Amino acid sequence: MDTVVSRPPAAQAVAGARPDMPARKVITLREHIVEIISDSGEGAQRCGQSLGAIAARMGNGVWTTEIIPAEIRPPARSVAGASGNRIRIGAGPVTNGGDETDLVVAFNEQVLLGRVRANELKPGCIVLLESMWRQNADAQIAAAYVESHDKLVAAGYRVIEIPMEQECKALVADARRGKNMFALGMLCRLYSLDLQIAREQIALTFGKKDDSVVRTNVMLLGAGHAWAEANLDFGFRIPAERVTMPQLVVNGNTALALGVMASGMEICAMYPITPATSASHYLSDVFEKVGGLVHQAEDEIAACAFAIGASYAGKCAVTITSGPGYSLKQEAIGLAVMGEIPLVVVNVQRGGPSTGQPTKAEQGDLMAAIFGSHGDAPKVVIAPSTIEDCFYSIITARRIAETFRMVVVVLTDGGLATSQQPFTRPQFSESWLAPPIDQSPVPEGARPYAWDPDTGLAPRFVPGRPGGMHTLTGLAHDRDSHVAYDAQINEESIRARSLKLAALQTTLKPAPIFGADEGDLLVIGWGSTRGAIEEAVQSLREEGRRVSSMHLQFLQPLQGGINQAMQRFRKVMTIEANWSDRPEDALIDADNRRYSALATLLRARYLVDVDCWSEVRGQPIKPGTIKRMLAARLDAMQPRV
Amino acid sequence: MNMMTATECLLEMYDERHELEDYQSGVPRWCTGCGDNAILAAVQRLCRDEGLRPEKTVFVSGIGCSSRFPHYMNTYGFHGIHGRALPVAEGVKMARPDLDVFVNTGDGDCCSIGAAHWIHALRYNMNLTVFLHDNQIYGLTKKQASPTSPLGTRSNTTPRGSVLEALNPLTVTLGVQNVSFVAQAVDWVPELLYDIVKAAYHHRGLSFVRIVQRCPEWMPKLHDPWLHDPSRVQVLHHARGLALSSGLGRVYRNQREHDPLDLDAARRIASTLDPIPVGILYHDPEVPCYEDFKRSDVLRSASLIRSGLQEQFDKFTVWPAASKTATTDNLAPEAA
Repeated sequence: MDTVVSRPPAAQAVAGARPDMPARKVITLREHIVEIISDSGEGAQRCGQSLGAIAARMGNGVWTTEIIPAEIRPPARSVAGASGNRIRIGAGPVTNGGDETDLVVAFNEQVLLGRVRANELKPGCIVLLESMWRQNADAQIAAAYVESHDKLVAAGYRVIEIPMEQECKALVADARRGKNMFALGMLCRLYSLDLQIAREQIALTFGKKDDSVVRTNVMLLGAGHAWAEANLDFGFRIPAERVTMPQLVVNGNTALALGVMASGMEICAMYPITPATSASHYLSDVFEKVGGLVHQAEDEIAACAFAIGASYAGKCAVTITSGPGYSLKQEAIGLAVMGEIPLVVVNVQRGGPSTGQPTKAEQGDLMAAIFGSHGDAPKVVIAPSTIEDCFYSIITARRIAETFRMVVVVLTDGGLATSQQPFTRPQFSESWLAPPIDQSPVPEGARPYAWDPDTGLAPRFVPGRPGGMHTLTGLAHDRDSHVAYDAQINEESIRARSLKLAALQTTLKPAPIFGADEGDLLVIGWGSTRGAIEEAVQSLREEGRRVSSMHLQFLQPLQGGINQAMQRFRKVMTIEANWSDRPEDALIDADNRRYSALATLLRARYLVDVDCWSEVRGQPIKPGTIKRMLAARLDAMQPRV
Repeated sequence: MNMMTATECLLEMYDERHELEDYQSGVPRWCTGCGDNAILAAVQRLCRDEGLRPEKTVFVSGIGCSSRFPHYMNTYGFHGIHGRALPVAEGVKMARPDLDVFVNTGDGDCCSIGAAHWIHALRYNMNLTVFLHDNQIYGLTKKQASPTSPLGTRSNTTPRGSVLEALNPLTVTLGVQNVSFVAQAVDWVPELLYDIVKAAYHHRGLSFVRIVQRCPEWMPKLHDPWLHDPSRVQVLHHARGLALSSGLGRVYRNQREHDPLDLDAARRIASTLDPIPVGILYHDPEVPCYEDFKRSDVLRSASLIRSGLQEQFDKFTVWPAASKTATTDNLAPEAA
């Protein structure tokens, strides 16, 4: 393998690295979890994303998870300031971020301490640590470094000190900004990734900038690779079970933005909010290429009202937001329900309530999505569970919204939003697109709310249709859209709007079961927890445990077959990233326990004693955590008689 | 020789004459003497005179007495939620520039609960005609002080008189960047009201017309001094603005020549409460419309969307054969 720069390793020996060319031990693995962390602005995010993309291009399964501090620029070298990326690389498909980290690259020891304290590193984890702090002019910093380093070594971590900045200084003026590519080069060497593919990835990443930027970064990449080659006597290989189809590598927010383009929608109205905004950033850049536009409204309410206006006028629109913004839109959503205006609302859930945890993931908005807005406001709620789903869900949402004249809420979360996972490149279909706006004259005698007595559906009169003139109103109204003061018509209209959910429900396929369709324990989940739940269930099944899972894409209406499936298991529980009272708490008993959202819904609908387990730690639930919890539950179950 | 060409047919279609009744729908349920009736009459007359096609015309409103307006028009209408008429109308216009879009909003709707949208709608300057029905009181909810209620107004929420100075919708509007058309009318001078509504309709951009209107139910005597003394109404006229008819000129002798392009003068006039200025305060036809920046004229065909999407997919695609190209030294992105 050729390298761009080939130079002797640094003069001073560093712990764990040997200046003489060592015989390299290469260990073959099924998977590994790698993490790159730094202060904000040092490029660890980009390094991690690039590593993920390179591994994906090698044909590996990949899941990348962003490590984001809540502040834009927390103080340098702060324990809570870790910014970076975690990449789970697997031989086969990877469906979630996995458990603890196997190998970490840290640009300072303080951000590393934060990760250690959060129990994010495996015991004995390999640590590639920037060593420049040892010689820092500030005695306090040097001492802090030495102290932390020694503690980590004592705790059993395999710490390898690397003079990354010093190595980069010899190559570029601003080493602080360049060392992420040096680190990427080291990692490519460590994981036996193809250097040429890595160079191509850099060219793609920096392609918008000028050639010299690409050249500099490629040079740093090569230097890191060469350094690792000369100094590290170990390496890994994760042989890819190659996929045969082209794959898209994007995060959930980009996937849903692509879904907006593919759905034929033309207008996205939004207001900036974390963690939803990056979807709109991307759309703002590219939507006009397909004749679409992003309107950044003055506030969340205006964004929703703008989308409603566009939809009413015949072009189903989308508004993309997160928790606080979703709360603000409630009255407008109710108006869309009442006026039967198609509308797609994306809620990229974050920690709540109130401002909560803007950069963290949670599944706390399910109840708000289903029951939000005052009065009886039936709307469709769907939840993508993979990055691929984020793309297709928007297409589905637009179609349902227009077919049923309903609001469709798409619930993703901060985890899906920022995670990357390759999926099969979609094949475009014209059936994804909205039909042209109907401008034909309305038949004589037709009425704007001619609710079908069985389905509640009514044809839609879009402005421009001669003879269809009426005033849509948020007031109770009759079939002519006249304000209804009559008790009878009020009930009829509420009935019609409710029936549409049933009409949709009859078209849905039953939710499939992962694992055997009977057993001891059925786990039901929704949204981003899918990969972790199924991995844990699969692992337990391989150990002979009678556990299966079911993942619901539709939360309102619920797909058929759920009750029947539940009956075939001795116990049923949900796993969710929202709060449920802990049964072991002194005050909590069967009368007052608050269950997780989906568990509450299933209990109410099916009169089944559905239990739940939940976590609200702001980060994706780990498969290992789920597995331990499930194993304990299974152990506690009475043997079958 | 009797055969008409297709063009003539089209011309005839556009020539279609509408009567006032074609724009009327139902019997307004406003109180007798309510200013909303005068506004409705002026707007229906405008629709007839301009030959607006009812199916291509949309009236968007919020909540309040004035927001019942669309129900009485035989056009498309959107009677939405309190304060949000403007963003709804913006969405309609952005999606459908072929429609004529009007907004009816009250002083509570526009200047209180929807104030944020008011400011930003002015800045967007979309091609909308906005009527602020300003009766200086909440009527539908039965007499509460509104932001434009005069200081000392006794209402159900200010039983000993309101304590805040009234907000002046004209000065606020004229303080916003990108404002392009501001006029004031009073409901009791129908001829001027009509002329102003018409000028507003013909302006391309956001036309903001504040209409001082009477509420006979809750504020019955508020405007009497102005109503009974024409000299306390100052009519603005200019070659670039309104021309005053001789009949009106004889009644309303307090006249002022005012160039609608003079923003500083407009702001001074806007601050005057007595005499009450009536006419076009500001009109700059050159302010660009937001939709002109945002909308593209490309035909959104399936093939356009397909190719745009493929281009994006290409950016993110990992081809299974990627590693086989590893021996080449080409740094360019892979060809799709």
